[in-house]
Amino acid sequence: MTSAVQTLAAPLGLLAELTHRCPLGCPYCSNPLTLDGPGSEMDTATWRRVFREASNLGIVHVHLSGGEPAARRDLAEIVAAVRAAGMYSNLITSGVGLTGSRLERLAAAGLDHVQISIQDSSPESADHFAGFAGAWQRKRALAVEVAKLNLPLTINIVVHRRNIEHLSAMIEMALACGATRVEIAHVQYYGWALRNRAALMPLADQVEAAAAEIERLKAEYHGRIVIDAVTPDYFARYPKPCMGGWGRRSLNITPSGKVLPCHAAETIPGLTFWTVQEHPLADIWRNSPAFTAFRGEAWMQEPCRGCARREIDFGGCRCQAFLITGDARATDPVCHLSPHRPLVDRARSEAATDSYTYRRMRRTPRNQNDEAESLAPAPGIDDVTGLAHGFGHGHPRLPSND
Amino acid sequence: MVACPAIPADGSARPRLPKGVRLTHNEAQGGWILVAPERVFRADAIAAEILKRCDGRATIGEIVDSLASAFDGAPRERIDCDVRTLLTTLADKKLLELS
Repeated sequence: MTSAVQTLAAPLGLLAELTHRCPLGCPYCSNPLTLDGPGSEMDTATWRRVFREASNLGIVHVHLSGGEPAARRDLAEIVAAVRAAGMYSNLITSGVGLTGSRLERLAAAGLDHVQISIQDSSPESADHFAGFAGAWQRKRALAVEVAKLNLPLTINIVVHRRNIEHLSAMIEMALACGATRVEIAHVQYYGWALRNRAALMPLADQVEAAAAEIERLKAEYHGRIVIDAVTPDYFARYPKPCMGGWGRRSLNITPSGKVLPCHAAETIPGLTFWTVQEHPLADIWRNSPAFTAFRGEAWMQEPCRGCARREIDFGGCRCQAFLITGDARATDPVCHLSPHRPLVDRARSEAATDSYTYRRMRRTPRNQNDEAESLAPAPGIDDVTGLAHGFGHGHPRLPSND
Repeated sequence: MVACPAIPADGSARPRLPKGVRLTHNEAQGGWILVAPERVFRADAIAAEILKRCDGRATIGEIVDSLASAFDGAPRERIDCDVRTLLTTLADKKLLELS
């Protein structure tokens, strides 16, 4: 067994959750059930210092997320700080709360790329999922502004039972908005989404039909728009290589400055998270107890311990293992080799309900709710081209399982 | 002899990195990298030399000439093929524009 410390490579991506405030209330939000309040958010100067530390550590991509990052008045300064530190700035926005003129300031500050999430192809349905009347219209309007500024745009489509049959229309919408890339990802069941799992879980035949539809759309739209899609892990035989391996590729910083190996890591009880106020980022990356807890293979049990795929999928997702089996060291139960796989199969056939618990921040005015990304940005090297030494392969979240 | 792929543009095309794609040097990641939305590619020394010249002004022919004089002794046909192979692959992935 190799020592994790000896082989520790530089991280590639940083997910900066600038705020947990968000006007939307999507029932599959990736934020934790307990959200950081506005009073605990880090100031501009602290983020600026963190970005310098991240750059020194080798970070390539910085994903500015939330919550809705536009809820921060200093967003342009934050973008400028990412660029000044020499990193790539990616804005992950709900599209609500960001005006065209503000977007122009972000572009001037050096913004590299924009991601806007859409909930569905029709306004009524999309606004229903977002829990915000008029969200769909505002998203479209912002997407047009993004294209006008010649900023590259990715549309994120979060898929679940109620919109899975509208993929074609959503891709058409993305194209009409001027997007160059679409990311299709099924809801992943943590936090708010887990709470709403019975309402979100697609049917097996829907998943199968969607997979075929995506292949058809990829061929149809080849050369016009890039379609990246990931298999829903509940319907796969093997687990996703979650985050490209725990503590191997990326970090997540919460609005208040806690550094997590992934956005859901606080789900796992007993982990100790260091903060950027108390420790330099490089020290956290190497030595934080939360990062070393599941780094490498020493923590693994059977069937992972003796499995040839342990270096491919790293045992899957630790948070999912804990949430479903109660043991964060267990094999991700979506793996067909896991003794807990029947729990996943049972969840797939849970009685369907159509009522959601919308994501809300406690004791805050109506507009202070939160955001919507089941698509936690997945910094990583997920493709290899003709360049001689593409270093790595495999989507950090979900593999192309059979 | 390596078969050279057809490139969907002639030698007068002026390749450039699209907006949202950047070539940067990152010591911790091992040198030159091509950074795109959600994707990172390590560029080896040759790829980096080619990509540095893709500024939207130089034609493919000029890029090949420039490399031929920088790498004295390498046969021009071989360089031409390497350049076209790389550019075709990258353009196909929307990591390069051939205009």
